[in-house]
Amino acid sequence: MTTFPEFIQQNEDRDGVRFSWNVWPSSRLEATRMVVPVASLFTPLKERPDLPPIQYEPVLCSRATCRAVLNPLCQVDYRAKLWACNFCYQRNQFPSTYAGISEVNQPAELLPQFSTIEYVVQRGHQMPLNFLYVVDTCMEDEDLQALKESLQMSLSLLPPTALVGLITFGRMVQVHELGCEGISKSYVFRGTKDLSAKQLQEMLGLTKPTAAQAGRGQQQQQQPALPSNRFLQPVQKIDMNLTDLLGELQRDPWPVTQGKRSLRSLGVAMSIAVGLLECTFPNTGARIMTFIGGPATQGPGMVVGDELKTPIRSWHDIEKDNAKFMKKATKHYEALAGRAAANGHIIDIYACALDQTGLAEMKCCTNHTGGYMVMADSFNTSLFKQTFQRVFTKDVQGAFKMAFAGTLEIKTSREIKISGAIGPCVSLNAKGPSVSENEIGTGGTCQWKICGLDPNTTLAVYFEVVNQHNAPIPQGGRGAVQYVTQYQHSSGQRRIRVTTVARNWADAQTQIQNIAASFDQEAAAILMARLAVHRAESEEGPDVLRWLDRQLIRLFMFHLRRSPFLQVFNNSPDESSYYRHHFMRQDLTQSLIMIQPILYAYSFNGPPEPVLLDSSSILPDRILLMDTFFQILIYHGETVAQWRKAGYQDMPEYENFRHLLQAPVDDAQEILHTRFPMPRYIDTEHGGSQARFLLSKVNPSQTHNNMYAWGQESGAPILTDDVSLQVFMDHLKKLAVSSAA
Amino acid sequence: MNVNQQPHMASPYGQPQSGYQGYQQTGYGNQHVPGGYPTPYAPYNGPASTYQPGPPQGYSPYASFSSKALATNLVSDLSSPSPLDLGMRGPPTSGPPPVSGTQAYSQFGQGDTQNGPPPMAALPSVSQQYTHGTMQLSGPQSSFNQPFGAPPTSMQQMTNQMSGMQIGSTVPSPAGPGYAPPTVSQASASAAYTPSAPSSFAPSSAVHSQPLPPDSVAQTAPQPFYGAPPTPPQPFPGAAPPFSAAGPAQPPAPPLGSQQSFSQAHPPSQPQFTSAPPPVSTASYGGPPPTTQASHPRAPPLTSQPSTFSGGPPPTSSPSQYPQPMPQQPPVSQPNPFHSGPPQPTTAAGFPPQGGPPLRVPHPGVQGPPMTSQGPPTSQTNHVAPPQPGMLPGPPPVNMAGPPAQPSMQGYPPQQNGAFGQVRGPQPGYVGQYPGQQSYVAQPPAQAPAPAPKRLDPDSIPSPQASDIPPVQKTRHRIDPDAIPSPIQVIEDDKLNKGNEPFVTGVRGQVPPLVTTKFQVKDQGNASPRFIRCTAYNMPCTSDMAKQSQVPLAAVIKPLATLPLDENGPYIVDHGESGPIRCNRCKAYMCPYMQFIEGGRRFQCGFCSCVTEVPPHYFQHLDHTGKRVDCYDRPELSMGSYEFLATVDYCKNNKIPQPPAFIFLIDVSYNAVKNGMVAIVCQELKTLLDYLPRENPNVASNIRVGFVTYNKVLHFYNVKASLAQPQMMVVSDVADMFVPLLDGFLVNVAESRVVIESLLDQIPDMFADTRETETVFGPVIQAGLEALKAADCAGKLFVFHSSLPIAEAPGKLKNREDKKLVGTDKEKSLFQAQVSFYSNLAKECVAQGCCVDLFLFPNQYVDVATLGVVPTSTGGSIYKYTYFQGQADQERFLNDLRKDVQKQMGFDAVMRVRTSTGIRPTDFFGSFYMSNTTDVELAGLDCDKTVTVEFKHDDKLSEETGALMQCAVLYTSCSGQRRLRVHNMAVNCCTQLADLYRNCETDTIINYFAKYAYRGVLNNPTKNVRDSLINQCAQILACYRKNCASPSSAGQLILPECMKLLPVYLNCVLKSDILHPGADISLDDRAYLRQLVSAMDVAESHAFFYPRLLPVHKLNVEGNALPVAVRDSEERLSKGGVYLLETGLNLFLWVGANAQQELLQNIFGAPAFSQIDPNMTSLPILDNPYSKRLREIIESFRAQRSRYMKLMVVKQEDKLELIFKHFLVEDKNNSGGASYVDFLCHMHKEIRQLLS
Repeated sequence: MTTFPEFIQQNEDRDGVRFSWNVWPSSRLEATRMVVPVASLFTPLKERPDLPPIQYEPVLCSRATCRAVLNPLCQVDYRAKLWACNFCYQRNQFPSTYAGISEVNQPAELLPQFSTIEYVVQRGHQMPLNFLYVVDTCMEDEDLQALKESLQMSLSLLPPTALVGLITFGRMVQVHELGCEGISKSYVFRGTKDLSAKQLQEMLGLTKPTAAQAGRGQQQQQQPALPSNRFLQPVQKIDMNLTDLLGELQRDPWPVTQGKRSLRSLGVAMSIAVGLLECTFPNTGARIMTFIGGPATQGPGMVVGDELKTPIRSWHDIEKDNAKFMKKATKHYEALAGRAAANGHIIDIYACALDQTGLAEMKCCTNHTGGYMVMADSFNTSLFKQTFQRVFTKDVQGAFKMAFAGTLEIKTSREIKISGAIGPCVSLNAKGPSVSENEIGTGGTCQWKICGLDPNTTLAVYFEVVNQHNAPIPQGGRGAVQYVTQYQHSSGQRRIRVTTVARNWADAQTQIQNIAASFDQEAAAILMARLAVHRAESEEGPDVLRWLDRQLIRLFMFHLRRSPFLQVFNNSPDESSYYRHHFMRQDLTQSLIMIQPILYAYSFNGPPEPVLLDSSSILPDRILLMDTFFQILIYHGETVAQWRKAGYQDMPEYENFRHLLQAPVDDAQEILHTRFPMPRYIDTEHGGSQARFLLSKVNPSQTHNNMYAWGQESGAPILTDDVSLQVFMDHLKKLAVSSAA
Repeated sequence: MNVNQQPHMASPYGQPQSGYQGYQQTGYGNQHVPGGYPTPYAPYNGPASTYQPGPPQGYSPYASFSSKALATNLVSDLSSPSPLDLGMRGPPTSGPPPVSGTQAYSQFGQGDTQNGPPPMAALPSVSQQYTHGTMQLSGPQSSFNQPFGAPPTSMQQMTNQMSGMQIGSTVPSPAGPGYAPPTVSQASASAAYTPSAPSSFAPSSAVHSQPLPPDSVAQTAPQPFYGAPPTPPQPFPGAAPPFSAAGPAQPPAPPLGSQQSFSQAHPPSQPQFTSAPPPVSTASYGGPPPTTQASHPRAPPLTSQPSTFSGGPPPTSSPSQYPQPMPQQPPVSQPNPFHSGPPQPTTAAGFPPQGGPPLRVPHPGVQGPPMTSQGPPTSQTNHVAPPQPGMLPGPPPVNMAGPPAQPSMQGYPPQQNGAFGQVRGPQPGYVGQYPGQQSYVAQPPAQAPAPAPKRLDPDSIPSPQASDIPPVQKTRHRIDPDAIPSPIQVIEDDKLNKGNEPFVTGVRGQVPPLVTTKFQVKDQGNASPRFIRCTAYNMPCTSDMAKQSQVPLAAVIKPLATLPLDENGPYIVDHGESGPIRCNRCKAYMCPYMQFIEGGRRFQCGFCSCVTEVPPHYFQHLDHTGKRVDCYDRPELSMGSYEFLATVDYCKNNKIPQPPAFIFLIDVSYNAVKNGMVAIVCQELKTLLDYLPRENPNVASNIRVGFVTYNKVLHFYNVKASLAQPQMMVVSDVADMFVPLLDGFLVNVAESRVVIESLLDQIPDMFADTRETETVFGPVIQAGLEALKAADCAGKLFVFHSSLPIAEAPGKLKNREDKKLVGTDKEKSLFQAQVSFYSNLAKECVAQGCCVDLFLFPNQYVDVATLGVVPTSTGGSIYKYTYFQGQADQERFLNDLRKDVQKQMGFDAVMRVRTSTGIRPTDFFGSFYMSNTTDVELAGLDCDKTVTVEFKHDDKLSEETGALMQCAVLYTSCSGQRRLRVHNMAVNCCTQLADLYRNCETDTIINYFAKYAYRGVLNNPTKNVRDSLINQCAQILACYRKNCASPSSAGQLILPECMKLLPVYLNCVLKSDILHPGADISLDDRAYLRQLVSAMDVAESHAFFYPRLLPVHKLNVEGNALPVAVRDSEERLSKGGVYLLETGLNLFLWVGANAQQELLQNIFGAPAFSQIDPNMTSLPILDNPYSKRLREIIESFRAQRSRYMKLMVVKQEDKLELIFKHFLVEDKNNSGGASYVDFLCHMHKEIRQLLS
């Protein structure tokens, strides 16, 4: 048997699942004592290039309340051609197509190595992908130009059959009709009035065709005509047209008087985008890609007035309940998110502005639909450009690394129930026997909708052991969990991925070591962090911190406590939302980086080495590379910086210095190339203003307060009042032993 | 001139010297009394000549006579009485007169009747009669002479009559001569005329004189001259003899003498006239007026209707006369010459004029007894009319008639006949007879056969008259239509008298020439009549007087009127940064009425008398007369109209305005596409955009343009110059309209030409296959409004719309057409807007300066009443092309559109009328919006828009200072300059009602009445509106009769000279489609016309109510002159003729079934009547002078009107003729509208009721 770390790694590689505990306490009581719940981080679309495509449909348990998929854990009676469901113990007949089944002739889903398997559903016709661009025109010409170019470029990345649409907005919202000859047409809506889907349908003239179709009878149904309309047209057809149209996009022409913000009808634009897809392509994969250059300033969803003298809300305002638009706006966007999610549509937000753009209000749009949230300073930055480009990355098979309109259903053994999930999903409100009454995150259901999926999308799923203490589980018993993910592949196919995992039960009283050994610290940390962030979203900040403090996970919690996910100080509401958004969807590795940035040191003293995220690591002759997930920072120590300034790297005799300078840059590039969203790349040096990014992350073991640190050779003092890890630990220890805790 | 004079005459006559006046008048007319007078004759001649021309024409056309006659009868106090009497008498007369009289009457009657046949029949008789008439006339004339002889007094009487008659007189004067020469009858007529002429002239002088007589030397002087010297003598002499002969006259004479005194004169005069002149006139006038009229009428008819008459003797004479008269007369000045015969001499008179009226009498007289008896009869008639007084004369005359008729009618008959038929008989019986009068109307029918019978018939016939005159009467007798005041005559007289010299506005209270007269204006301190026309140029000093007279005091103001090329537009004055100089208190602008005092350091406001400091930069020394030295260098001190450059204080929000914008909003629903409108508009706009209004023709217009198409949703277009292709932006949120774009919507034409053309090319294609039938309307206007708001400028929307807006949107309408409501108390609701949405919208439009022009292309009910709310509240226009068909209606539409787009206009205008203390503007009519009681807000004001302002007293006015009004219009010019146009107008004030009645303008009064009534139907049952109009009109006339006319029989209808056409015009208003709809007129049409009329100026309303009917077969290809128009009556149409009828909205070319082949060939290129294509909308271009000339005329007519008139060819007996006949407004119409004659009788009855 392998060690737990190996086992964990193996499982993750194969199934994309990591549990906080890999051996489960066998009763509710014991589980509760463990503090950290039995929970899993599940990456539904974990990249598995090796998975064979299964061209048939999964075999389901015939019990109506179960419907679990046949899996390797099922007991099969080859002679009787029966299989027993390992969740409900129902015995099921194999379908006729399985007539030839035998011990030596097993279908893939029964092979142990296929605990994760993907079925390709052949039913129904392929659905086109929809991409609806929602473009803000209230921005500087340079920005707009860059954005236009990016958009034009993106057209070439789309599959020719994909349908694209364009909505632009400023003071007004324009829905562009595509593919018209001569005059370009657009439908214009005022930005101050929200429209219901029905109104929108009428106003866009989308009702007539359906009526006409109805009149024409069933002919229509027989010819699976590509559903398209004037606003969403295949790329191959309107490529040129749309390119021109984008090229002609002008800044919003309405005058903006001094001291005012431009009127930006973001709320209505998104509403119209949602409405448009809602009435044309319900339950079909679609991305609404929203590009905004500033906050919504009018109409429903506005987050700030157009008076520049009134700044956009800050955390301070929110805490003081001074953000007068926030509640209304949030409500508006939540409603939109709900509608989009219900129809399986994704909303992406690309916000490029120096000031906030209202992401805090709009976060639900992306968080509920699995959309991306990208924040940058300008559309004219490589950060945006490359991030955007990376949205369209393809896998080896040439398919987009994105999936649409997914649903996740989880089946469990009887001893364990589902408390909820935290991640870019919404509840489908499917009650079932496996649903726990105890909710954590999005609970009360065993099915979730994940409108947008990519290989990194990871959900935290929390379970509750419900087995009573007096109903012991037989030795060697295993608890099983089956994740059934249905989604629309970017090729248009409908696919079902089934992951079935099982873990051993153990009696906490007798096998506590076993259980302890199976503890996955990293997974647990992230799971707890998600929970904390989730709470932070819905509860008051200090409460969460206090709650968290009671959980003891040392170092890691120290950084989490200081991270922007929980700590809003020095972060705008938008930034908080942005960070949290990514934290809530990235996989374990990335999440870890987010909480505890990685710090590498480069020096002449040896090969690059990871160093402590501590101020003591900041030395004059080092180059530091810090990866915080959102930022890649290269920091040149004081001496190195001087050398560089002196130009030694250009001197042939100091080629080694040049290499030293180059090394972290190369490493950074490597990270930059794979990361989504593209991190902010920072190259700074000792005393540089941007060094603050580093200084704010490291553990302030030396500050202006601890006098003894002065004069020491190592490290650099941090000017902060934050407590250092040492102080934190001391405090924790005190708390841990005091009875008052 | 004459007219004015005449009126004046009246009064003058009364007092002064009838004869003299006449002469003087001539002199005056010329004018210059002073100068001219010296050589009385000479002057006369002069005048005569001038007059003559006029007269001749007038005369020549019998119409004039008739008019006179009528006038006399109806109009003129004196003469009029007789007619009226006739009317009264009518009934009785009919009986007796039958024979001769009847015939005569019958003829008249026939004429009136219109019956084709009757006339014919009549003609013969007429001719005979005429001959007789002539004979008689001569006789009469002689008689007239006698009167004259009787003299001056008679003259005076005449004058009096004249005054009363005015019309008659006026006509006469000119006509007199001319006519006289012509036919014998004419002669008589002429005689009458001549007299009248003189009288008319006299009047002028009289006018002056009257008031002056005592005072003014001049007049007196003139008078003397006249009196002493020339005229009196001559005329008299000549006249005298005749008169003497007439015998009857003599009796009058005495009275006359007595009459001379004004007071006496009037009362007596009338009677006397009747009596005296009567005799004379009687003879001629016959029932004088009637007779004369009759004769005249006949004659006129003849003249007017050559063809018919031609048959008769008259024709020859008449024709000759016409031409001759015209020229000759002048020289003739003295009637005598003209008349060649005695008549002319008669002319002498003033009498003649009477004679004129009498003319009718003649007829009667003519008829049988006439000749000899005539004199007497006439007198009788006259007397008759005045039964009482005239008695003496009357009786005698009666004898005339009496012999035959006496018992019953003859005497009367003649008069009445002349006037109205058997008036005389009636006289006694008038009252009773009146009822009968109506019968006059009836008569027509009667007419047909025997004259006598006709009368009878009429009686028998139920009152054909309109329901209007319910009480009716079955008058049996018809009134000779030629005997009643003729619009044509009045128009022609005015042309003659006033069309030759410039109208100088320097003198306060002058009545300008009629709108139908071509004249030049010289601005010397009052606004040109092209800008302002008043109903009265002599306002009563007190509100009591005003109330008593019931004459509306109103001004019809057309602030931006286009002036003819030979007149200078208002000068622009810049008072610098501080803005125009204004009175401190009432804020009136600097104008010629400001009196500078204290050496020029201050000025006193002419309106409120407040004294204001003169700002230093404006200071100027005064000369010895108290005028500023620079008075003539400054338009604002010497002109009636001028413009100030407004400063920023006069701008909205204190910002210099942006140049205005034009937005074209085109309906592209199925109907609009199908009928071709969309394609036509788009095609036309491509070129039209080069002709946007501009102030400097060398600079491109800086008006920006924008385009919108719509059906159920709106499509805006971005036509920014930098675009390769236009962009369409659809706004489907019609419930909450907004403008989707700013930049690129309103563009400069030159810069965006390529894009615009591309757009206009594509629009028809884009919607060629549309199946959308529903439209919106409210949001369309909102869209335009919002666009202007967004661009922060004023502007104009051109909306091309096709159907009832039933799509779900604000301002959605439902079809509420319900003809059953017509005639009920709920009828008014049909004129009201269906929803209040549009009035609110209009308010917003006005606030932004958004003017809306609406072009409608309906093929069913579109609810013009509601759709029109915004256009009519914003100073816009509505154009309606029902059942529009691209091919057929394109020309009319495009011409309207071109004119509408190109015309000069002001934007975002505010008009305010200030008046001198004592009166104030109380009511406004037109296309505008008022948010308070004083400021007329016009989002747009173009050169055709007219505002009628009514004034009421709030204090006393003074005769010395008169009444001043200042109309200031603040507007943004098409180049975006803010300006103030100021029009000043001063009128006299009077303490005598007679002065008021002498200085009225009927056309303007009608304009006011029409607007007043058309607004009234919004809130009152139509019938009430009609009744109140009739009532007010009756009160006006009754007041005149009671206070200004000389006493006479109650049976006489006496009309003030200035208002003698009031009944006929009023009848036209009452019969109009709005107040008296026929079954075939749609509610939309009524609403459309109602709104149209509300912004009409006087010229257009005149043509609208009394269309111009031109006998084009008489066209003289050589010269520029137009043939004299004929009256709007079917009986005036000759089967062999071709007539052009112009209503201001339509042109009809009526082709008689017997029109000469050559004529048809020339006009249509068609060899025969049957081969004329009734569907043609334009005449073929043929290379013959006739065709050319006719087309020129048509073009010139079109050029005169603000809207293009589509030409319809109407063949006699064709089904289209029904429409055509609708415009023959003197006839009864299908829907029950009264004929002129009937209405006159009704009016007379109303008046009599009021008097009793």
